Amino acid sequence: MSDYKRLLLSDVAVGDTLPTLTYDVTATTVVLGALASRDWRPMHHDYDFAVRRNGLRNIFLNTPNQAAWFERYVTDWTGPTGRLGRMQFRMRDSVYPGDTMHFDGTVESVEQDETGCGWVQLAVALTVDGQTKTSCNVRVALPTSPDDNPWDRRGDRWRP
Amino acid sequence: MSETTTALPDDVQRLIGVPQYEEVGEFPVERGYIWTSCSSVENGNPLFWDDAVAEELTHGHIAPPTMLSVWFRRHRWAPGRTGETLALQVHFDLKERFGLPEAVITENTMVFYEPVRVGDVLRTHQILRSVSEEKRTKLGVGRFWVIDVKCFNQHGDHVGTDIYTGFGYRRD
Repeated sequence: MSDYKRLLLSDVAVGDTLPTLTYDVTATTVVLGALASRDWRPMHHDYDFAVRRNGLRNIFLNTPNQAAWFERYVTDWTGPTGRLGRMQFRMRDSVYPGDTMHFDGTVESVEQDETGCGWVQLAVALTVDGQTKTSCNVRVALPTSPDDNPWDRRGDRWRP
Repeated sequence: MSETTTALPDDVQRLIGVPQYEEVGEFPVERGYIWTSCSSVENGNPLFWDDAVAEELTHGHIAPPTMLSVWFRRHRWAPGRTGETLALQVHFDLKERFGLPEAVITENTMVFYEPVRVGDVLRTHQILRSVSEEKRTKLGVGRFWVIDVKCFNQHGDHVGTDIYTGFGYRRD
């Protein structure tokens, strides 16, 4: 068995908080994220377009890249045996170069479904200067024992 | 938010629940893009970087689940291409059908099923789930709609669904 972080369902309780992730956003962060998600729209790489055409402060992080940030944040906590089932997010404002992102998360529920799959519900927020830019609810499966692997679940045994 | 009118035109009503814009990804799922995506957010999950972990947990290389929509974004340019299909075309169709000059996505839910694997060629279609009555919000007057984008692999396995809530509106 390889050596990696392996968070189990029994390690988690309602009200637990995830470690904060802090990241300074640069223009490179925004452009790299947009191109990595094949988003060619100019407001994510062209400063003049974003400012003069769209009337924004700068280029800004695109939606698929924000999803990738949330995934990274959650699986940093769970380790590779954590399997995302569902992610719901709502963007309230944009994230720009020069912003410092803070990701924070709280465990809202811990349960096992009828098939025995262990699930944790998380409320995650991306904030800048204390203002929520994006809120995100994540349902992630965790192993219920050292021998359990959520990635082995298929068909009716996987109910995200 | 308040409701202003009630009627939903017949032609729009008939589209609800009907698959539209079936599309096949332009290229197979590949590790280069997976690494580029992980690099962009400094995601060190060994599932995507360590062959032994990938073999042990997922019996081969998979893509980060949140990359689902990436595999359907078309090249910026391709030889011989004419016209343009917009991602989430149903959203833009509704904006035009109702004569609403502005539109935003207010909420996005992704549901992940069978993992997407390196080498998969995915296909997708869009389904309009609902259109609201006219409502007034702080943005203006318009309608909310919910669109599912369902994704499958080459074996027909359901790999995920992106659910978008859009709001098309005109400013007051």
